[in-house]
Amino acid sequence: MPDVHVSMRGIEKTFPASGGGREVHALGPIDLELHRGEFFAIVGPSGCGKSTLLELIAGLAEASAGVVQFEGREIRGEIADRVGVVFQEDACFPWLSVAENVAFGLRKANLPAADKARRVDEALGIMGLQDFARHYPAQLSGGMRQRVCIARTLITEPRLILLDEPFGALDQQTRLLMGEEVLRLWRQTKATVFLITHALDEAAMLADRIAVMSARPGRLIDIVETGWPADRDSRIIERVEFGTITSRLWRSLRAESLKAGGRPADRA
Amino acid sequence: MSGAKGVSLRNAIALIVGLILVWQLLFWFAGDIAMRSPWDTVRYARRMMGTDSFWIHFWESVRAFATALAIAVSVGLFVGIWLGFHRLSGRVMEPMLVAIYSIPKITLYPIVLLAFGIGMSAKIAFGAIHGVIPIALFTINAVRNVRIVLIKTGRVHKLTMTEMARWVLFPAAMPEIFTGFRVGFSLTLIGTLLGEMFAAQRGLGYLLMTAIGLHNVDVIMAVTFLLVLCAASVSTALLAIDHRLHRRV
Repeated sequence: MPDVHVSMRGIEKTFPASGGGREVHALGPIDLELHRGEFFAIVGPSGCGKSTLLELIAGLAEASAGVVQFEGREIRGEIADRVGVVFQEDACFPWLSVAENVAFGLRKANLPAADKARRVDEALGIMGLQDFARHYPAQLSGGMRQRVCIARTLITEPRLILLDEPFGALDQQTRLLMGEEVLRLWRQTKATVFLITHALDEAAMLADRIAVMSARPGRLIDIVETGWPADRDSRIIERVEFGTITSRLWRSLRAESLKAGGRPADRA
Repeated sequence: MSGAKGVSLRNAIALIVGLILVWQLLFWFAGDIAMRSPWDTVRYARRMMGTDSFWIHFWESVRAFATALAIAVSVGLFVGIWLGFHRLSGRVMEPMLVAIYSIPKITLYPIVLLAFGIGMSAKIAFGAIHGVIPIALFTINAVRNVRIVLIKTGRVHKLTMTEMARWVLFPAAMPEIFTGFRVGFSLTLIGTLLGEMFAAQRGLGYLLMTAIGLHNVDVIMAVTFLLVLCAASVSTALLAIDHRLHRRV
């Protein structure tokens, strides 16, 4: 039996009515278990509630119904210890240098200054940012800024890493290379990774398991096991099975994407 | 010196030389009944600065301006932060602030005089009235424009409310707040000097108005020159800081 790291039972999220409109049933019900140390990805049409699901796990939002547990403890609108989040948008603090941004992750840690400095250096080294430690985010490319955010998350040594479309703003080549780096970090840290993405190829390359979500209200309609070895990299996309996996994901997702776009599935 | 800095310095020197040249040409055109040459003005300003009475007026203006600026900044920041965070109040109050801002402040001066009387209080109030609204409006926008993802990042790092304000909200809003301060600085100075010109017994504005009444061109030119010199120097320094803060965003 796999060790359950995060469990969601009967999760639902409804947003209250605003501006004279009706309340929005955004998500659920969802039942899902993430295994300790696995790389789990979620794909789904726009607006299906993927990011809402991530916020519920992170403790940034509270579920309207159901229970989210991390390491056996219930999460209800409060951030659990050792959970790191990387957002799609650039979340670097523009007034801090790269090193200061990374060190931000340790501001509240009760550690000697020398230990903090050593860990910042390590995180910068892992993400290949040593030469840019004194630069400001405005002087970096989008990919490098995202690396700074990942380094800031890694420095806290999270056991659960939540990635909300972290490569969404990057070009295809940078995405593949960043994907390789994330895989390397996942192997190094042995953390559980929960990735949200629009890109089927990204999910198929990175994840051990991929869940497909329906159009709103988002539910899980399929879970695909990739069966990749842990020491994979971006060259996995050359394999025949890669095409099979992305085809299966698209089959599940196509009708939902059409539905989300307001078009009937049979007219595609 | 780096290339960009060299070009900036060259441009600044060219601008100053150009202004002095225009001033000299105007002097030749208008004659000494209306103005003085740059050289005569600098010479008279130096002589004036050697007298005690000038410094009495100068420090009176500095005191009034500093107090007015402190009031404008504290009230502007308080109102701006409150209306920036409290969306409903912001939606109601912001159009009112914009409407008040568009009123020529000089029309309010009789009311200020009735309320505060002639003297220090009136010019402080008049200076503060000029500066407070732009500072508040810039602060409202600064607070509203703090990116949600930065607040979420702060929450993920489990920051307390105070830490969130100190480490995320204030630094994120700082560049725009500083722009408001820079604009507020200039307007408060204008307001204070206007206040001194029309209802005061001391201060550089009063000195200027007395000189106008006596047609003392030397004093008019010297005081104006010193005011422009002080205001332009501080504004340039504030602009440089403003650019530096915005470059990182």
